[in-house]
Amino acid sequence: MSTIYIMWLRQVKRYLRSRSRIIGALGQPILYLLALGYGLGQVFARAGQGNYMEFLVPGVIGMSVLFTSMFNGVEMIWDRQFGFLKETMVAPVSRFNIMLGRVLGGATVATFQGLIVFILSFGVGFRMPMSHPAGYVLSGVFFMFLMALFFTALGTGIASLLTDFQGFQLIMSFVVMPTYFLSGAIFPLDHLPSLMSYITRIDPLTYGVDGLRGSLILSNHFSLGLDFLIMAALCLLMLSVGSYLFSQIEV
Amino acid sequence: MITVSNLVKKFGDFIAVDNISFDVKKGEIFAFLGPNGAGKSTTIKMLTTLLHPTSGSVDINGHDPVRHQHEVRQSFGIVFQDPSLDDELTAYENMYFHAVLYKAAGAGVKQRIHELLDFVELWDKRDVLVKNFSGGMKRRLEIARSFLHHPKIIFLDEPTIGLDPQTRNSMWSYIRELNQREQTTVFFTTHYMEEAERVAQRIAVIDHGKIIARGTAEELKRQTNTANLEDAFLQLTGRAMREEEASGADRLRGAFMRRRGGTR
Ligand SMILES: Nc1ncnc2c1ncn2[C@@H]1O[C@H](COP(=O)(O)OP(=O)(O)OP(=O)(O)O)[C@@H](O)[C@H]1O
Ligand SMILES: [Mg+2]
Repeated sequence: MSTIYIMWLRQVKRYLRSRSRIIGALGQPILYLLALGYGLGQVFARAGQGNYMEFLVPGVIGMSVLFTSMFNGVEMIWDRQFGFLKETMVAPVSRFNIMLGRVLGGATVATFQGLIVFILSFGVGFRMPMSHPAGYVLSGVFFMFLMALFFTALGTGIASLLTDFQGFQLIMSFVVMPTYFLSGAIFPLDHLPSLMSYITRIDPLTYGVDGLRGSLILSNHFSLGLDFLIMAALCLLMLSVGSYLFSQIEV
Repeated sequence: MITVSNLVKKFGDFIAVDNISFDVKKGEIFAFLGPNGAGKSTTIKMLTTLLHPTSGSVDINGHDPVRHQHEVRQSFGIVFQDPSLDDELTAYENMYFHAVLYKAAGAGVKQRIHELLDFVELWDKRDVLVKNFSGGMKRRLEIARSFLHHPKIIFLDEPTIGLDPQTRNSMWSYIRELNQREQTTVFFTTHYMEEAERVAQRIAVIDHGKIIARGTAEELKRQTNTANLEDAFLQLTGRAMREEEASGADRLRGAFMRRRGGTR
């Protein structure tokens, strides 16, 4: 228990101490909100799809959570290169707890980052369409956390297989970007060409963002229950695979 | 305390550690010497559960590092050849996190951390982020940290690289004091021969993965008919420099360390 806590605390402290990273990581979501939200809003409304900013905000929160958590997971390569990983690898505690603490810490940070984007989105005109939003916000935060957990565990699992930075760009191009663009974060899932519709359905982010939409704007493609079940199952699966890979690390 | 028999480690076809055997007694200070790439760090990694041996057996404080990792990990403290601190944490946090990971964070931990940081003269800097430390300060912190949980055995892989003579001296006197007081077994490597000559009770010399000599400094000098350990070492291992093949990761790290002003 104390191991999980201390590894969690480490990730959180590192995050809070890197102001430039927090701010840097906000640039992209804000750009998406402004460019897409205002740029495509007219088209979206004319196509009879309603308010695009409303639709887009959960997607951009999802993106922010995705990027932050993947980065946090993959950041383990740095620890491996510059040492701290070894310190944890020889400690007389279970590697599962180390990995779990680490992943929970990364997920906390990513959820927090998602919350900041959520709050900022009110500044660009986002409004929640319900009169008593507290419960819905909670449900939204919960979905952010599920996404964060899944992608941090995925990043950590991938980082367990890599020994240097060379794979990092590959992960960005072939895992993170496709996950984002093929998830329905920025476009609606109905009336897609069948191949596209198939691909979006195997993208984990799809269900996270859909759950977020169901919570924050009360309009989603699947149901909240289904989104939750799929995300929870994916988290369990990824934590098991990730911790297995982590336990196999040799330094 | 440490017993190694017929230990082998292969990386692909390359034999980094070639059938070595030795033992280190409880409370002993043991030096493991050898040129670059001889296999010292690889051996230490196998003794400390970080690498699986290709064959052979190891006993650390009565336990096998392959089958009883947990017990073995409880038995030792280690200073790695490469840095292993968290740069984004303060000196105190690095110590405290270590205490938690080693279940040593009970009553008295603050006192212990204070005492150790005082000793390496970092107590005044306890709240400074480690990334702002000099190479020598980082090394001192790592040494203090390795003793924090009262380990029975301490592995020091080139603990004094990058330290000035003052710090090196006080570090060894501290290590000797702990060795006396807590009966800590010390296993260390170094490229400073006069250091080994002064501190080590027994020495093994490894070259190309094989142990080529062992004994006290006196015995090695007598055996090679030389006046000091450095000459004995050169006599035993030859004067040719070693071409060490670094893996991609090592090269990258090496370049990084050189850019930082280098501790190698
Ligand atoms: N993971 C690895 N894969 C392949 N070869 C390796 C690996 N680790 C070490 N080696 C090789 O094994 C040999 C022994 O390396 P080791 O690090 O044990 O040497 P060392 O005695 O500690 O040297 P130094 O004094 O330079 O630290 C070297 O030739 C090294 O290149
Ligand atoms: Mg070495």
